[in-house]
Amino acid sequence: MKELFPLKQVMGFVFSLVLTAVALLVHFMDMSFAIGLTVLLITAFMQAGLQLIVFMHAGETGDKKTIYTNVFYGLLIALMTIFGTLLILVWDM
Amino acid sequence: MEFFKQFAVPHPSFLIYGAMVSIGLAMLAIVVGITYFKKWGYLWREWITTVDHKRIGIMYLLTALLMLFRGGVDAIMMRYQLSMPENTFLDSQHYNEVFTTHGIVMILFMAMPFITFFFNYLIPLQIGARDVAFPRLNALSFWLFFMGMGLFNLSFIIGGSPDAGWTSYFPLANNEFSPTVGTNYYMIAIQIAGIGTLISGINFITTILKMRAPGMSLMKMPMFTWSAFIANVIVVFAFPVLTVLLAMGTMDRLFGTNFFTTDNGGMDMLWANLFWVWGHPEVYILILPAFGLYSEIISTFARRNLYGYKSMVASMVVISVFSFIVWTHHFFTMGQGALTNSIFSITTMAIAIPTGVKIFNWLFTLWKGKIVFTTPMLYSVLFIPLFTLGGVTGVMLAMSAADYQYHNTMFLVAHFHNVIIPGVVYAMIAGLTFYWPKMFGFMLNERIGKWTAWIMSIGFLLSFMPMYITGLDGQARRMSTYSEAAGFSMLNMVSFVGAGIMAISFVLLVYNIYYSIRYASRDIGSDPWDARSLEWATHTPVPEYNFAVIPEVASTQAFWDTKKNGHELFKGKIEKIHMPNNSGWPFIMACFFFVFGFAMVFSIWPVVIVTLIGILVCMAYRSFEKDHGRYISVKEIEETEAKLRGAKK
Repeated sequence: MKELFPLKQVMGFVFSLVLTAVALLVHFMDMSFAIGLTVLLITAFMQAGLQLIVFMHAGETGDKKTIYTNVFYGLLIALMTIFGTLLILVWDM
Repeated sequence: MEFFKQFAVPHPSFLIYGAMVSIGLAMLAIVVGITYFKKWGYLWREWITTVDHKRIGIMYLLTALLMLFRGGVDAIMMRYQLSMPENTFLDSQHYNEVFTTHGIVMILFMAMPFITFFFNYLIPLQIGARDVAFPRLNALSFWLFFMGMGLFNLSFIIGGSPDAGWTSYFPLANNEFSPTVGTNYYMIAIQIAGIGTLISGINFITTILKMRAPGMSLMKMPMFTWSAFIANVIVVFAFPVLTVLLAMGTMDRLFGTNFFTTDNGGMDMLWANLFWVWGHPEVYILILPAFGLYSEIISTFARRNLYGYKSMVASMVVISVFSFIVWTHHFFTMGQGALTNSIFSITTMAIAIPTGVKIFNWLFTLWKGKIVFTTPMLYSVLFIPLFTLGGVTGVMLAMSAADYQYHNTMFLVAHFHNVIIPGVVYAMIAGLTFYWPKMFGFMLNERIGKWTAWIMSIGFLLSFMPMYITGLDGQARRMSTYSEAAGFSMLNMVSFVGAGIMAISFVLLVYNIYYSIRYASRDIGSDPWDARSLEWATHTPVPEYNFAVIPEVASTQAFWDTKKNGHELFKGKIEKIHMPNNSGWPFIMACFFFVFGFAMVFSIWPVVIVTLIGILVCMAYRSFEKDHGRYISVKEIEETEAKLRGAKK
């Protein structure tokens, strides 16, 4: 029975619900903009990672290395683009 | 009445009417010709529905050559307009349209399909695979690209061409300053073609990662495949930016959103920013496969293995990251602070380091090589000094303080043509000459080929060297005319002569194809250049299944080892081969995209909705379709192999 019960997936599902609830708090509670956005960013990235690893099975096949390289490369490019754009158009304008 | 007015060309001239008539006549001639020779069935069965990577590749090639002609005509028109002061050949609106379409056609509809042709034709052959990972998607990529190209070229005769520059910066590109449908064409045609490119990027990455022959680890791949891999990684990460950007631009123009407006919280500079977030990686998408081709050609004709394989790969990986952090150098003068400009200045100069590593690797490959001066090799050897000249002026432009002097002048125009023509165009023609016998079973004439290379180089130098000087003297780009007092006339006339000489070299290239079809020997075997990698290990012409037996590889130049060092390439025995079926659905779906795009350009909403449903139906059909492909039997393979080995019946 123990082998049949998808413990990891159920835990993952519960955890993703918790993350959603935490993100919702930003709407219902009176937070400052900075705190609210920090909470949203952290929960969003954790949520994305959770989906990728638990529900989309990244890391469970022989492609593990390729998939993670790809994810980190994508993250790197995205962060460089976002911070570069902020630098150009907001911080140093 | 208002509705029909938008279909008229806003700024008609004798040239446009002439083009309309000639396009109409050419279409008519094609339709009548195909009907007369009863080729419709052949066209449908063998080409339109094909999923064979080699045939799709050749269709990309034909499109690229056609667009090279079109973009070239644009270039000659511009050079003629500027060859004399106060020239009235093109008025300013027409000139705007010509330089805009010249840029887009040359980058997106000539250079991109040309490299995609090499990806398609060579990647599966070089890694010892039978097709790409997703053959049906590959056909869809081609047809989406083709329809985007068609839609873009239609703008010339229906509604007017885009006229806001190939960069199409806002606010110039908004409805107020660009009131014709031209910029709508830009947004939607490039969107459709771009989706095709994105799909093929994913396709090639998967092919390279999953379908390599046994024994071919990543570090044993031929250098062209490596460069194609890196270029496609950049495609997959850069093109989504373009997709989003064009979608935002479309919404601004058609639905009144405020992404790039100057009021209501819009930010017009965001367009320039995002455009170059895509645009700079795009130039590396073009140049890396060109570098890959040079690596193949130089090592083949220096008769040595490529010097510094690992550093070649490392420099490309570094470029794949660096190409994403230099984009601001396209708009140093936009108004951001010195800190930003300094950072991007340094990253830009840093990217010259991996490129320099590659240049030195080619030089060291040539060093002590037994060099054979064939036409492809001549292009490669001409490439090294000419490209380096462009690289050096690139470093000059990278200095953000000095860039205020160069920005938007002919100096810049000379620089980027100086890297793109010897970098990309030479590589394409060299690669075309190099792989021609593999594709068509005969070689292009060497004598005419060498004349072409020299004439092209002379024409190139005459066209673009004067622009460096006039640029430094202050001639702005994209200006349709200048006064005699400016003193640019002499050098611009030289430039026009150079452009004419380049046109002659293109005519020679076409003549060479004609001449070789008529006179070249067909008895050349499957390895006429004495080359090194797997694509030469199969027969010429390449059978549909590429390799009867999947090759086994132990080094970066498996075929050379087979010839010289006793490596055994084909160990297994012939088994039945699984191949994908042809399908007309990619073409049909792309046709829906074409009509959808046209209706979007002119805001004909009922047609937009109907064609959108058509696209979704095509996708749904594909999802539920049962198509398990087909098998080629052992007997059939053995017959083909015997015939290709030259057995007489």
